[in-house]
Amino acid sequence: MTSDKLIQVKNLKKHYNKGTIKALDDVSIDIHSGEVIVVIGPSGSGKSTFLRSLNLMEQPTDGQIIFDGVDITKKKAPGPDGKLKKVNIDLHRQKMGMVFQHFNLFPHKTILQNMILAPMKVKGISKDAATNKAMELLRRVGLEDRHSAYPIQLSGGQKQRVAIVRALAMEPEVMLFDEPTSALDPEMVGEVLAVMKELAKEGMTMVVVTHEMGFAREVGSRVVFMDEGKILEQGTPEEIFTSPKHPRLKDFLSKVL
Amino acid sequence: MSNFISGEGFEKTFRFGRMILEGTGVTVLLALFTVIIGFILGILLAIMRMSDVRPLRFLGQDRQGRPRNNRLLVAISRFNPLSVIATTYVEVIRSTPVLVQIMIIYHGIFSYLIDLPSITILGFIRLNRFVPGVVALGINSGAYLCEIIRSGIQSIDGGQTEAARSLGLNKTQTMYSIILPQAIKNILPAIANEFVVIIKESSITYTIGVQELMSVVNDVRGSFFIIMEPLLVATVIYFCLCFPTSKLIAYFERRMSRGDKR
Ligand SMILES: Nc1ncnc2c1ncn2[C@@H]1O[C@H](COP(=O)(O)OP(=O)(O)OP(=O)(O)O)[C@@H](O)[C@H]1O
Ligand SMILES: [Mg+2]
Repeated sequence: MTSDKLIQVKNLKKHYNKGTIKALDDVSIDIHSGEVIVVIGPSGSGKSTFLRSLNLMEQPTDGQIIFDGVDITKKKAPGPDGKLKKVNIDLHRQKMGMVFQHFNLFPHKTILQNMILAPMKVKGISKDAATNKAMELLRRVGLEDRHSAYPIQLSGGQKQRVAIVRALAMEPEVMLFDEPTSALDPEMVGEVLAVMKELAKEGMTMVVVTHEMGFAREVGSRVVFMDEGKILEQGTPEEIFTSPKHPRLKDFLSKVL
Repeated sequence: MSNFISGEGFEKTFRFGRMILEGTGVTVLLALFTVIIGFILGILLAIMRMSDVRPLRFLGQDRQGRPRNNRLLVAISRFNPLSVIATTYVEVIRSTPVLVQIMIIYHGIFSYLIDLPSITILGFIRLNRFVPGVVALGINSGAYLCEIIRSGIQSIDGGQTEAARSLGLNKTQTMYSIILPQAIKNILPAIANEFVVIIKESSITYTIGVQELMSVVNDVRGSFFIIMEPLLVATVIYFCLCFPTSKLIAYFERRMSRGDKR
């Protein structure tokens, strides 16, 4: 594992209703290349808000997110050469793949069309090149024979596998997962976790919000516990699961394990 | 005095058979062009209404870019000229009679401002009546289609936008590649319904001399002093245009919703 800081989050705050709801309350964390960060915590603790702030799906109230050296929360930021430049959030989002609880495949497009849309429209890759790349990715998750199917014809597990490789087709530097298995029937959870495990093994930087403690323990390089908009404890899976310190973490683990 | 309804009356009406056919053709063409104009206008208006163009946005924020507490400034900063224009347009059109709108377009705009040549197309479409009719109906229909399109766009799950934006598509790309295709598929039945509504509403353009079906009824009355017979013929024709079309729409609507549930 290298130690470059890929994403630095500094004093991130997200307030609703004029500050009466603090979904994120001063969160700071450094995410290094190759790390698999698993975010756990009770419902409403701000896990989704944290994850969705990383690619600015939510605009934070305050704080900084420095991605590849650029503070993406600002309208203008100094580039690598030190000159002030307009921050193009679309450019940064390409480098952050996101996988959602409810898959969010495009229902009016086939699996293949789902996969080549962004590479062609956003990166300007030719249709042939995008198709080759997409087919190779589909092969990796065992779905190449379903390339001309529509999302509606796929099972939940298959949909989520497509959603993962659709994000990978943009060759992101980091993958964000928000409860990717929570909407799945139990027998389909394994196939999706297997793909994620594979991805982690290949060295992809990942931030995963999940209730799958087995996955956290086995795949996570760092586990982050959130409650009431704060990071209360973080550490290796070993530290978090066998010797938790914060009483709230102990309480949480006693409920979910 | 002639009978209320007589066979002779129908016989006289059908002496106008060719004109009745042409009038029916004008009615259908009128509705077709109106839906096309209305649809394009409707998309434009819907996008304007949902736009986020706020030139005075800066008034609502302090130097650090945090929201201000001053209510008045915050309200002014929300001002969106495109949305105000589109909303005003929609509300004015929906709150005034289509007859008044047609009269204004024909007598106001096309008599004073735009001078159309007196050309006749295909031998029965008088350009300087047909175009004002289509424009007026299109302007009217655009307001209604705007609301149909807007609700169609808003009915698309927010997750679609999120997924598209997370892949790096910008707002415009997301709208045209992801949201609009799905929205339009969902509202296609409503648009086809609007077509049926316009077939019926277009009869009002006879007041500005468009030679559609109702104006032929009027011609028959002028020539033979009979009214019920041509009216009944027109009724049958309107029914034959509208009823099967609505049934066809309902059929496709059922089929499409079945596909979605699978
Ligand atoms: N749009 C919003 N308006 C007001 N409050 C919100 C909004 N979105 C989130 N919140 C609040 O912010 C807090 C954090 O929400 P968040 O969705 O991040 O929690 P979570 O940890 O992901 O929970 P879960 O496990 O249920 O998904 C919650 O108290 C929630 O009610
Ligand atoms: Mg959540």
